[in-house]
Amino acid sequence: MKNFSLKNMKKTTKNHFITYAMVIIVFAVVQFMVSGGMMSSLMQGLLVPLCTYSIVAVGLNLCVGYLGELSLGHAGFMCVGAFSSAFFTRYMEDSGMNPNLRFLLALIIGTLAAAIFGCLIGIPVLRLRGDYLAIVTLAFGEIIKNVINVMYVGKDSSGLHISINDNASFTLDDTGDMIIDGAMGITGTPRQSTFLIGILILLVSLFVVFNLVNSRSGRAVMAIRDNRIAAESVGINITKYKLMAFSISAAIAGAGGVLYAHNLSTLTALPANFGYNMSIMILVFVVLGGIGSFRGSIIAAVILTMLPEVLRGLADYRMLIYAIVLIAMMLFNWAPKAIEWRQRFSVKKLFHKQAKGVQ
Amino acid sequence: MKKLVTAALVLAMTVGCLAGCGGSGASEEKDANAFYIGGIGPTTGATAIYGNAAKNGAQIAIDEINEAGGINGAQIEYRFEDDQNDAEKSVNAYNTLKDWGMQILYGAVTTAPSIAVADMTATDNMFQITPSASSTDVIEGKTNVFQVCFTDPNQGTASAQYIDEHNLATKIGIIYDSSDPYSTGIEDNFVKEAESRGLQIVAEEAFTADSKTDFQTQLQKAQSAGADLIFLPIYYQEASIILQQANNMGYAPTFFGVDGMDGILTVENFDTSLAEGVMLLTPFAADAQDDATVSFVTKYQEQFGETPNQFAADGYDAIYAIKAAIEQAGVTPDMDASAICDAMKTAMTQITVQGLTGDEGGLKWSETGEVNKSPKAVVIQNGVYVGMDSDASAATEAAAPEADTAAQQ
Repeated sequence: MKNFSLKNMKKTTKNHFITYAMVIIVFAVVQFMVSGGMMSSLMQGLLVPLCTYSIVAVGLNLCVGYLGELSLGHAGFMCVGAFSSAFFTRYMEDSGMNPNLRFLLALIIGTLAAAIFGCLIGIPVLRLRGDYLAIVTLAFGEIIKNVINVMYVGKDSSGLHISINDNASFTLDDTGDMIIDGAMGITGTPRQSTFLIGILILLVSLFVVFNLVNSRSGRAVMAIRDNRIAAESVGINITKYKLMAFSISAAIAGAGGVLYAHNLSTLTALPANFGYNMSIMILVFVVLGGIGSFRGSIIAAVILTMLPEVLRGLADYRMLIYAIVLIAMMLFNWAPKAIEWRQRFSVKKLFHKQAKGVQ
Repeated sequence: MKKLVTAALVLAMTVGCLAGCGGSGASEEKDANAFYIGGIGPTTGATAIYGNAAKNGAQIAIDEINEAGGINGAQIEYRFEDDQNDAEKSVNAYNTLKDWGMQILYGAVTTAPSIAVADMTATDNMFQITPSASSTDVIEGKTNVFQVCFTDPNQGTASAQYIDEHNLATKIGIIYDSSDPYSTGIEDNFVKEAESRGLQIVAEEAFTADSKTDFQTQLQKAQSAGADLIFLPIYYQEASIILQQANNMGYAPTFFGVDGMDGILTVENFDTSLAEGVMLLTPFAADAQDDATVSFVTKYQEQFGETPNQFAADGYDAIYAIKAAIEQAGVTPDMDASAICDAMKTAMTQITVQGLTGDEGGLKWSETGEVNKSPKAVVIQNGVYVGMDSDASAATEAAAPEADTAAQQ
């Protein structure tokens, strides 16, 4: 029955369903393995980070693959989402609010905050032609990191205290609680991210991007990417569509940040987790997985996040091997000779030939 | 149909990979008569020197214990995992070690990863002792986590106290790393204590991890504000650049550092004469003359070819603290991690360890996990640390010939 309907479906729709199915099946298999005790602690601990990076990679792929703009600041949007949501969670911690409702609100806040920042950056920059977005987002990622490192926010019975000097510039009373403590960041965020939540956010992100790129707006975005002048001549509002796609891309990265923030009890804005290296890392997921292919982004994010951890047994050599694997994967995916070779010896083709032979 | 086949293959690969990784965890055989101690710290990346020092310091202690017959007859199995000073990676490292069969955690070396890991150990009820994560957030609200180093507030407050009591300065300038929790933690507490003591702070200049190669602006501001003492709650690489640049500017205030300054004499291409007169608070001086330190330093130099810093010494003490606590609690290797933890956290408050980093009274722990030891102030004279208290002159004489021979070598 399923096969029948798959055949009649449009190719893109079918493609989308395969991606959804892939995510759901992996989820089911993992749940089965966890409940059966077949999964190591390392893998169980990795599940949420894998979702996080997959989500951010999907977000960036929308920007790079469909909007055709390079963003080097997606770690910055992640950072905004992470800090705004963790701040909310910590602020509401003593209010007696239902933790699940609080997490949902934190998720919405984190996503919205990232979207707003995406929008703010997009307004001036997306009007320009050329690689300005890459430059500005790169700067944004660095700025946001440094701004958070000098923020001191505390809460007590008389309300919020904010300083950008040091935590000695205000004194909190007995009920006081330091929420953002400068470079110490936010400590003590409850660990609420679970694999189920991660998968749900990933599915929602996929749903959003798939529907966007196949909608009227999505076609407008792609038209702008392919030929800006032609798109403009048929009356497409360039800035509006670019801004929309970019904000959504940033929002998805923000949602990934929320997941990140609620997976660790400490949240610091360090170069290692929210610096440009992380932005480049996410870009690598997108490029390796195939620009424009959301499924590819997820697979690349999963493999590349897992690889260094799985290679731990090789001690310090794992850095070297990781780099070599990266190069090998890139060549395998993109080198013309490799593509030719793959086409000649592809499993698909073998199947195809056999099928023909039978006929 | 093609697409479907591809998808199925991709799926099979992913699942296969997941399954493969899942299975590999529990495959190793566990030695029933050995304590499994796992360590976490950065052995690669910018903070690798601290992680490697802590790793090696602990290694020496473990080799000593194993050679001497182990703890109550049980050997120690030791494995150290890299976390690159990243909280997320440290949790991965922790999970890897758990798969390996870890019963006691030694680490993490740096603060943010320790906070993240401490949250995990508190849930799992796994005994944790960190050699060098100095923030109070690491131990706060947890009964299973202990520190070997003194806390940031302790260092900041002690520095201000020391400067005030010895009348070292009238106007103080501070240069600190605003992107580093360790540095800001000390700076905040230093400022608080200094203000309450009426010390005058004339310049508070920050830099970040992204801009730590040029400090002339900060130095100029401190100079024009007339600071006669500069407090440096930072690590030694940056401190060495600051000393160099201050010298080039012809600015010669007193420099006062904390334990991160330890190691400044080993910086390559750094003229150690510039460090003359620098004061610092440190729990450990590699050229102390007591037997324990001499033996530790010799072994460390033989095995790893460098002079150990305080991270190595803290690591060494941490392992001996684990040993003492195990003996006190009478736990055996066949117990599970949670039972070991319950017994050891009570024992920790009862033991005293004569470590490398403690004073005469030895190291003692409170129930909160904080160590009870006081920072020692030293001043660099003739290229060696000299204790700044009553016996300062005697130590100078004892240490000076040593330094000369070292220089000749």
